[in-house]
Amino acid sequence: MTVIEARGLRKEFGTTVALDGVDLHVEQGRILGIIGPNGAGKTTALNAVLGLTPYQGELRVLGRDPWSERDQLMRDVSFIADVAVLPRWMRVSQALDYVAGVHPRFDRAKAESFLTKTDIKRASKVRELSKGMVTQLHLALVMAIDAKLLVLDEPTLGLDILYRKQFYDSLLNDYFDRSRTIVVTTHQVEDVQNVLTDLMFIHRGRIVLSCSMEEFESRYLELAVHPERVAAARALTPVQERQVLGRSILLFDLKSNHADRQKLAALGDVRTPSIADLFVALLGNKPGNQADAAQGVAQ
Amino acid sequence: MNTQSNALPESFDSHGIPAAPMSTTRPMYWSIRRELWESRSIYIGPLVTAAVFLSGFAINMLAMRRHIGASLLDLAQQHDLLATRYELSAALIMGTALIVGIFYSLDALYGERRDRSILFWKSLPVSDLTSVLSKLTIPLVILPLLSFAISLATQFIMLVLSSVILLGSGVNIAALWTEMSFFHVSLVLLYHLLTVHGLWYAPIYGWLLMVSAWAPRAPFLWAVLPPFVICGVEKVAFNTSHFLALLKERFVGPRNAMAPHSAPKDFMATLMPQLHFFSAPGLWIGLAIAAIFLFVAVRLRRYQGPI
Repeated sequence: MTVIEARGLRKEFGTTVALDGVDLHVEQGRILGIIGPNGAGKTTALNAVLGLTPYQGELRVLGRDPWSERDQLMRDVSFIADVAVLPRWMRVSQALDYVAGVHPRFDRAKAESFLTKTDIKRASKVRELSKGMVTQLHLALVMAIDAKLLVLDEPTLGLDILYRKQFYDSLLNDYFDRSRTIVVTTHQVEDVQNVLTDLMFIHRGRIVLSCSMEEFESRYLELAVHPERVAAARALTPVQERQVLGRSILLFDLKSNHADRQKLAALGDVRTPSIADLFVALLGNKPGNQADAAQGVAQ
Repeated sequence: MNTQSNALPESFDSHGIPAAPMSTTRPMYWSIRRELWESRSIYIGPLVTAAVFLSGFAINMLAMRRHIGASLLDLAQQHDLLATRYELSAALIMGTALIVGIFYSLDALYGERRDRSILFWKSLPVSDLTSVLSKLTIPLVILPLLSFAISLATQFIMLVLSSVILLGSGVNIAALWTEMSFFHVSLVLLYHLLTVHGLWYAPIYGWLLMVSAWAPRAPFLWAVLPPFVICGVEKVAFNTSHFLALLKERFVGPRNAMAPHSAPKDFMATLMPQLHFFSAPGLWIGLAIAAIFLFVAVRLRRYQGPI
């Protein structure tokens, strides 16, 4: 069943178009990653889904209009918008008390048991915790909420690799099941490549690519060409070519290309490209985009 | 903007723990507790004032004991001894509560946007209306009740302190206790706090909360500047100061609520708004304006994100 259904979602800030007719369709049990450079409209799209901003176009989340039915919607939707937005004056125990007090679907025991696996003390104030620990605490609170949709907007920005890895491991092992749905935006694409079930590239308020990870894996292929076969490989019209340590790496879109897997395998080593490489290939070579696209993926 | 049906697809039934039954007052209760966790000045402010006043009072009493010597105070003097100081303590504590309330209200909806925690509050099923109302409850209900309780405790401690210090100095201690009708005084105080601080000041706090919800920065400036400009323009353009008089009346308390001057000069009596307090148009106009400010504050919080 459909969790998010958007048609022609549009949002303008003055003369800037943040969302330019976005269609979105997210089924239950999916983990969708929305990838895009800074200012692409990711956060605006998520804010519309969460009822934080008014919009034009059609949008239903869990069958509700998020802007006009926000209060009811928030019982079934939880989100982490940005890193470390927990109030700095709050104690860990107060955060648990408060969420348990206001949220009808909060399972305090679950949050407590998650916290025991961390170094976070109940009496600590949020301001005394490291950024990684604040994220752990927020995750503990959010995972203990029995929500149907979880939205994560840059949940791990600025965290070290250990916290990031742990974050997604916890999410997959302790939280996610086929009845839940997760939408995540991040610049740390490599962290989520094996987490996502669906992928979406967004650029300048428009969707550039939208596919499942199975499609992604069968459709895109990266070829590390044998030096003597570069010309033959180039003849097959790759989407992009780059040089890594003196070797040519060619990226192919098998859907719009006559080349098939076997033919390419004969020319070199084939593998599934990373999301980051595909992102750069699709967006990086558009005029004027290099700078922000590269920045978006490299972070 | 969208066509919508209120029917929720049945397939979206909760699959895990059933939603605990949650009354509408529960989010309100926890929101108010949250405010008290965050802004501890709400009770620390009046408590510190009371403590400072009490230490001053104790020193004063010790000095008085040396001066009294053998000369006995008559009843009127004894009454003055405590009564004027009671009034002073109540006035100081109420004044502190007013200042705390003003600064609390200015920061209430601004602070959460500045420290981005609004993103966390908005991720929980607490409506903007509940949030704003819980923040209004602090200056309108919690602070008056707190200052009442603290005033009461302060006056009781004063009575005990003066009894202990003046014991054996010749002052009639029993008279100290009987002279001040403790019960009456506290009822007057409670009435004053709930009517004037709770109802008459409502538009002031409403204005502050609205500015707090809107201000891009420096909410204090935005709260003070517009009234200041209006006063100035009125003075220059019409050479009148009606707006200033209006503001003054709002802060000082309703004119007709004051006791008539023929009454015995008793500070407590001036605190006691007469029954026609509730028929004063100023009260109801003020409450209506407060409601408008609050409505705007709720709408603003709906649209505003972190700054």
